[in-house]
Amino acid sequence: MDIKLSKGADIKIKGIADRVYANIPQSDFCALKPTDFHLLTPKLQVKVGDRVDAGDVVFYDKNCDAIKFTSPVSGVVHDIVRGEKRKILEIIISADQEIKYKNFEKRDLASLDRQSIIDDLLVSGLWPLIRQRPFATIANPQDMPKSIFISGFDSSPLAPDNDFVFHGDTDLFQLGLDIVTQLTDGTTHLNLDGNSNAAKVFNNAKGVQINHIYGPHPAGNVGVQIHHIDPINKGDVVWYLAPQDIVSIARFFRDAKYDRSRIVVLSGSMVKKPRYCRVMQGMSISNMIQDNLIEGDKRFISGNVLTGTRIQKDGYLGFYDFQLSIIPEGNYSEFFGWLLPGFSKYSLSRTFFSWLSSTKEYDLDSNTHGEERAYVVTGQYESYMPIDVFPVQLIKAILIEDIELMEHLGIYEVDSEDFALCEFACTSKIPVQSIIRRGLDLIKKECS
Amino acid sequence: MHNILRKIKPHFEEGGRLHTLYPAYDAFETFLFVPNHTSNRGTHIKDSVDLKRTMVLVIIALLPCLLFGMWNTGYQYHSQLTSGMDGYQEVYSIFDHFLFGLWKVLPLIIVSYVVGLGIEFAFAVQRKHQVNEGYLVTGMLIPLTMPIDVPLWMLALSVIFAVVIGKEVFGGTGMNIVNPALTARAFIFFAYPTKMSGDKVWVHSADSIDGISGETALGQLASLVNVNPLNTEVINKSKEFLGDGLYSLSNSFFGIIPGSIGETSVIAILIGALILLFTGIGSFRIMASMFVGGLSMAYIFNWVAPDTNLFMSLDPLHQLCIGSFLFGMVFMATDPVSAAQTNRGKIIYGFLCGVLSIMIRVFNPAYPEGVMVAILFMNIMAPLIDHYVVQANINRRLKRIKVNE
Repeated sequence: MDIKLSKGADIKIKGIADRVYANIPQSDFCALKPTDFHLLTPKLQVKVGDRVDAGDVVFYDKNCDAIKFTSPVSGVVHDIVRGEKRKILEIIISADQEIKYKNFEKRDLASLDRQSIIDDLLVSGLWPLIRQRPFATIANPQDMPKSIFISGFDSSPLAPDNDFVFHGDTDLFQLGLDIVTQLTDGTTHLNLDGNSNAAKVFNNAKGVQINHIYGPHPAGNVGVQIHHIDPINKGDVVWYLAPQDIVSIARFFRDAKYDRSRIVVLSGSMVKKPRYCRVMQGMSISNMIQDNLIEGDKRFISGNVLTGTRIQKDGYLGFYDFQLSIIPEGNYSEFFGWLLPGFSKYSLSRTFFSWLSSTKEYDLDSNTHGEERAYVVTGQYESYMPIDVFPVQLIKAILIEDIELMEHLGIYEVDSEDFALCEFACTSKIPVQSIIRRGLDLIKKECS
Repeated sequence: MHNILRKIKPHFEEGGRLHTLYPAYDAFETFLFVPNHTSNRGTHIKDSVDLKRTMVLVIIALLPCLLFGMWNTGYQYHSQLTSGMDGYQEVYSIFDHFLFGLWKVLPLIIVSYVVGLGIEFAFAVQRKHQVNEGYLVTGMLIPLTMPIDVPLWMLALSVIFAVVIGKEVFGGTGMNIVNPALTARAFIFFAYPTKMSGDKVWVHSADSIDGISGETALGQLASLVNVNPLNTEVINKSKEFLGDGLYSLSNSFFGIIPGSIGETSVIAILIGALILLFTGIGSFRIMASMFVGGLSMAYIFNWVAPDTNLFMSLDPLHQLCIGSFLFGMVFMATDPVSAAQTNRGKIIYGFLCGVLSIMIRVFNPAYPEGVMVAILFMNIMAPLIDHYVVQANINRRLKRIKVNE
């Protein structure tokens, strides 16, 4: 299936990574962050000082005991960081130099059935890799999804190039697909970037429906793809996961060990040599950034610059993130900045003279370029929303907490990331993504 | 400069003596400096555009109208003063026209801004929110829609009415239902009709100096309804719309006719429209559909016009060039807050604005400018249009479920 999208935009930001691997020594610390998972109430299974192997349970979902979260490294629980109301923010594990893996039972790959796959994924701690729409939460193992979506490319700014990342992983990826496709009685969709050549690994994939998506960001968002290929109605469930996670699952079934090493891209204009590295999930970023940063105030983001999470310079990569973005912190004031011609001020609109050089890449920082205001300029969100959802009306429905109206306007089809470009472009600097998340959380709470 | 601001800042912050005035301080500081705020949630990078930038671009788009309006104010006065006096026409230069206009228009602008921003600041302080930039544009639009001799106190009163009743009672910028600038004009029109209509107000001193006529093209046309087309007076009047008459197509296009300060020149309005469309601030959908709406209505009238109604039989393009149709189309109907908000809604909204403008103008000769009322009416109708457009989206989604079942 070919999908052509015209709405959206590719942000021209500096700092795209070279297609080179850097060798990164393993960091001393690794963390699991329950905050990576929407609406999760974690129940701890370890305390400070306990020893864990890679694959041992660290905490589980209080509302669904079966969903477990396991340690990607072996070592000792170093600290449990809590926030307001004793909410658990991070479980920090000091990692051994040599990782000791817990031994799981080895399965005969030919005789796997749906239930045994689910059981194994739950026990190993790989289950949380599978998320569901609506709500973008961890999938419920009791559900039968009507289809499974894998977005083979990431269209967000400075995202990793999967053509490079997946070079040579053909067998493992196909094995992962063979396992994942058994989770649904519907179709599994593998969606590829129509604008550029996809990796061979993807083009040769069997047992899945391959779709080509043409257009600018957010074409790579799974929500956009679901909407155009197999839209979600009230009551439907669709599962989705990232291509690298397919490889993680395949590796588990092949080797019977919880190996969460993954390829992460280090990008952004504050990185001297932006490049790719293989690190363990949840690792501290301190080794990745060592001796590779430019002087100045920096912002460290686990994920991309539109949807990622702000972390400290010794923070940890998020569970679903394959990208570390480092951009300048924009904590400066600008004299009459709103009045100047603005030859070097990036804008998707043509309100600054930067439209003269439309192909230039910009060194974008975290300055908000103005204060939050009432919503005034209409028609803006609509040009960055390739889903047939009325963004402004949906946001208003969320603000007045009218659940029926939210449902009618299609909230089940979206996640906050689909609104990231709207938030970027918004003249009034309205926090669109957090409003959408609030609406999803509200419905989830009211309906469960 | 920044150091001074930083020094006095503590007085306005929590616990400072002047804390209640913080919104005023904040407005002033952010006017001078784009603040050093960094994003804390959501996207880590943001577009450079903000509301200040948007508003200042609309003002830049209004500048051609303003500058031309100043010149035209002087030109209309001087040329009528010296009409019939051979050799005296050249006494006044372009600069004389312009300076005269500047002298007349500037007080209107100052009053509009001082009164309007004063109220905005007062409301911001009282409600403890930031000062929104919306009034920067409204404050410029209001004087441009006024006749030159409007008394300043009347202007001030209409500004107060527009800002308080038109905007703040609904919650301020972004919440208003009707366009505040048009509210001001409507207020003064209905409260003080003698100062806002008729043939004595559109050129400076027309009411006091004999021989200066302040008649607008529309006023003139309104007197050409239900007339005997063979009457000499009627023929003379209608000649003004042809060839090199006062209200000829070329004069209307360049804007060398009496009228509200900013509305007369089609060229100046077109420059503004290009700026708004290129930067993406003005809605192309609204402008284009309103133009089409107005033009089709004018063609229909032109087609069915009886001989006795010279207003209806006026050339459709000429019809659109006179009065404030284009000014309203470019700067008033496109106000994003009071217009329809959905893309499809904007097209319907604009088209009906155009149709109604010409219809009211032609069918109600006692009341020769229909654009203001048409846009105000459509402002009120806009949420209804949006409602149906959104409902169509909802129905599409419901239909999808039914197809699946």
